[in-house]
Amino acid sequence: MTEQPRLAEQNAAVALPEPFIRWFGEKGWSPRAHQIELLAKAQAGQSVLLIAPTGAGKTLAGFLPSLTELASRPKRKPGQAQRGIHTLYISPLKALAVDIERNLGKPVEEIGLPVTIETRTGDTPAHKRQRQKLVPPDILLTTPEQLALLIAAGDAKRFFEDLRYVVLDELHSLVTSKRGHLLALGLARLRSFVPGLQTIGLSATVAEPDELRRWLVSQNPPKGSTGPDMAELIVVTGGAKPEISILDSEERVPWAGHSARYATPEIYREIKRHKTTLLFVNTRSQAELLFQELWRVNEDTLPIALHHGSLDVAQRRRVEKAMGENALRAIVATSTLDLGIDWGDVDLVVHVGAPKGASRLAQRIGRANHRMDEPSKAILIPANRFEVLECRAALDANYLGAQDTPPLINGGLDVLAQHVLGCACGAPFRADDLFEEVRTAAPYVSLDRPTFDRVIDFVATGGYALKNYERYARIRLNKDGFWRVSNPRVAQQYRLNVGTIIEVPALNVRYVQAGSKGSASRGGRVLGKIEEAFLETLTHGDTFMFAGKVLRFEGIRENECFVSNAPGSDAKVPYYGGGKFPLSTYLAEQVRIMLDDPQRWKKLPEQVADWLRFQADKSVLPKRDDLLIETFPRGNRHYLVAYPFEGRLAHQTLGMLLTRRLDRAGARPLGFVATDYALAIWSLGDMGAMFKARKPSLGALFDQDMLGDDLEAWLADSWLLKRTFRNCALISGLIEKRHPGQEKSGRQVTVSTDLIYDVLRSHEPDHILLQATRADAATGLLDVSRLADMLSRIQGRIVHKALEQISPLAVPIMLEIGKMPVNGDADETLLMDAATLVEEAMGPGMVEE
Amino acid sequence: MNFSLARTSLIAEADLVGIAGERAVCDPRGVLYFPDLRLLAVSDLHLEKGSSLARRGTLIPPYDTGATLLRLQAVISDYQPSIVISLGDSFHDGGGAQRMHASFRERLEALMAGRQWFWVAGNHDPEAPADLPGETVRELGLGSLLFRHEPSKQRVEGEIAGHLHPCARIVQQGRSVRRRCFAGDGGRMIMPAFGAYTGSLNVLDRAYAGLFRLDTLMAYMLGADRIFAISRSMLRPG
Repeated sequence: MTEQPRLAEQNAAVALPEPFIRWFGEKGWSPRAHQIELLAKAQAGQSVLLIAPTGAGKTLAGFLPSLTELASRPKRKPGQAQRGIHTLYISPLKALAVDIERNLGKPVEEIGLPVTIETRTGDTPAHKRQRQKLVPPDILLTTPEQLALLIAAGDAKRFFEDLRYVVLDELHSLVTSKRGHLLALGLARLRSFVPGLQTIGLSATVAEPDELRRWLVSQNPPKGSTGPDMAELIVVTGGAKPEISILDSEERVPWAGHSARYATPEIYREIKRHKTTLLFVNTRSQAELLFQELWRVNEDTLPIALHHGSLDVAQRRRVEKAMGENALRAIVATSTLDLGIDWGDVDLVVHVGAPKGASRLAQRIGRANHRMDEPSKAILIPANRFEVLECRAALDANYLGAQDTPPLINGGLDVLAQHVLGCACGAPFRADDLFEEVRTAAPYVSLDRPTFDRVIDFVATGGYALKNYERYARIRLNKDGFWRVSNPRVAQQYRLNVGTIIEVPALNVRYVQAGSKGSASRGGRVLGKIEEAFLETLTHGDTFMFAGKVLRFEGIRENECFVSNAPGSDAKVPYYGGGKFPLSTYLAEQVRIMLDDPQRWKKLPEQVADWLRFQADKSVLPKRDDLLIETFPRGNRHYLVAYPFEGRLAHQTLGMLLTRRLDRAGARPLGFVATDYALAIWSLGDMGAMFKARKPSLGALFDQDMLGDDLEAWLADSWLLKRTFRNCALISGLIEKRHPGQEKSGRQVTVSTDLIYDVLRSHEPDHILLQATRADAATGLLDVSRLADMLSRIQGRIVHKALEQISPLAVPIMLEIGKMPVNGDADETLLMDAATLVEEAMGPGMVEE
Repeated sequence: MNFSLARTSLIAEADLVGIAGERAVCDPRGVLYFPDLRLLAVSDLHLEKGSSLARRGTLIPPYDTGATLLRLQAVISDYQPSIVISLGDSFHDGGGAQRMHASFRERLEALMAGRQWFWVAGNHDPEAPADLPGETVRELGLGSLLFRHEPSKQRVEGEIAGHLHPCARIVQQGRSVRRRCFAGDGGRMIMPAFGAYTGSLNVLDRAYAGLFRLDTLMAYMLGADRIFAISRSMLRPG
């Protein structure tokens, strides 16, 4: 331990200017080794990726190169031109930018640096943005969307000409999404403005640091240049190991469900024992439910608050403020609090439900005790028995330091289309140049020229085989070989639609008097926003949970949903909302390994270990690379239960495909249900007997060729693909986003993307946007790649158990049947039911008039 | 009568809906057919809506006209009507007919050949479509029926109109189903929009206020291959 400071001092003498050394001295601190190392590398002209746990002084490390350089910069003489931006800081959250402004402002002031720091986000007023263009700050803190807007401005090149550093915070969370694709393209553009630009990436621990290192610097460098193809890497290890335990409940752990209601009294006891407890859940509905349950047992009326993304902003800010002031004893939160914002003295993290990924768990536990040298304390609360297994696996993985951040995927073509239009809005471009530039961005390394040209064609005229829109082109190729925006309106439209975050249509939730339907009194408080899709299933008088209250649905008026208080009643309608994460591949494998190893069951709660022993007794437990299939009759139906442990999305896709095959084989399947762990299909035909007779064999049923024609045929009509298409259409700029205030224009004015999808698919199935949609769906909603891996793994390893009755392992998924809405072609059936009801009630004569 | 066997078998007696004494088939593809008059009505084709939006910078696929005409071709070849009434907003804007691709124009003219064809003027296309046969009318009375684009404010028995693009929504088992529909109360009928890019407006919206007798209002929702007749009490707004 004594070596580190000495090393730091030696380095400091080389790299750190005098005022900084004095400041560290006054504070009684010494710069940390990684801070000095980063500074030295940056001063040597290198780009750097810093991987460090929370509390390691990442932010200061990231800005040290900028601050030291700015400190030694000669003063601007009167009459000299304004200097441009020196350092650009980009974070995924607006709040984080604001937070950094505060945290960075302090040392800058104390050291007495002549450095200006400002934020620029969607909330920045227009006059301030104007001023920033004329008198830019030295350090600008902003978001990926704002960068895209700055690049699309006519003065972009001049605005960024003095840029030295780009600091990218929470890089691990930025790069895995389309936002990351857009940001990578923006970075490529900045590099073409300023060839010597250096990047500094700040990240939590990730599985593949090299992916991020490549992401930070120029790829496919032009011939003759010798830049490295990876940023330098600094890893700060250590930090005290967290103390994590799994709640060993005295209560019975339920077979299925996600509420963990059984553990409420035990959770409450822990809250009482600690100063501030942060409770994480995976979905908004779980947050609402846990919050209600805790207040039900809150005899001491401890200040317990609720925080999730759908709540009204003012409400969220109040909770955050109270938390910062240590006025709260517990906060129930979803992923909105995931990223690195420091608030208050949290001394316990409770994770309700399975963490779904080891890295996510580590990140969330990092919230407790933001000092690196003290251990964080966390308790996992599994909501059901499979989650006990999953928690155990996650816990073991965390001790092993395992990481399972998703692999980076190729850049989206819809994002590229947006960027191409943005570039054209900024300045005319040559296709050759832009193609080379785009390929320096890591997500687009393997982009080929024909595809790029199709994207340009798409941006210009929609890229249709029927060349009907030449005269309406948004960008045009001039004789000089440059593409130009065809009129100023195009740039205006672009600015309104920039970004890759697609908001789900949502309505304000507003209080009114019970029974008023909102017509009389409109003055009630807004509680937050709820997805339109959920509200559509409600009928007047239904009760549901939101914002920590039980509410009665009173009606919808324009873009507001009216509710009244329904105190004392139980919420009738469950609210499935918020983010759902699939089980990570890594954790799935860990669970399979654990099932296969009775030695490890000793660490499990007794009731769960018993359950597995029963399973071994009545059926069999799958070996780690096997796929167990059980078949059994129940009632007048036959069931097939498979246990791939590949996550809900992959299972859902598998369920759709198997159902089609079983139908062709004559098994007459009726439906299926998928969880993170298993898949159940039920049918009229005896599937067990069919497999025994090898008509079909299980090997044939699970053959990889299902990912060919069957997938294609099913996908074509799937609502999943329509939803994905909508996102691609919005991001690519095919249609415009809906902006607040436009909702009233009604359904007749805009063309629904579902209709566009139908027309495009039947007339030009190879269109580039459909290509982008299929690629998206394969990685996202369908998890096809994971399914493909699984199908190849299990070849020749399928274990069939034909049982007389349901097995212990099958109980959880059998309990899900009927609880989860099954998506598919059920709409017609529902209509039929409704029409039949009418006929029954009124007699056929009335229907036909 | 030259009703072919195939055609008559299309029409089951039970599927007929009464409008001011005339009997009509609400076809699930969104057209209305009067077997006794051999008359087919279709509304709100909105041809060339794609190119209309493209002029303003939204480059949605230029295949809507082709798609709409294909579907129209299918119903016309099934019913072989001698009269076709296009109930207004046949083109999305006044220049639509001129912009139409030559191949689509030929397809449309082939459909029109040998039939009496009426273009009812709509708010999107108040003038006769350029260079196309057929007769353009403001409204058209036939026996007890009156065909016009916008439904009249006062109640008119036997009025068949379009313009509002009706759809209906039901909720069953916690799930919501929304479909285009015919809306009728036995006296008047408002037809669903037929065009490939046309949206829809719930029959419970204020725009329909006063148009129907509420006690007999039915939504004939379009299913994949049949109509679902749903009474007003089952319908939901939005």
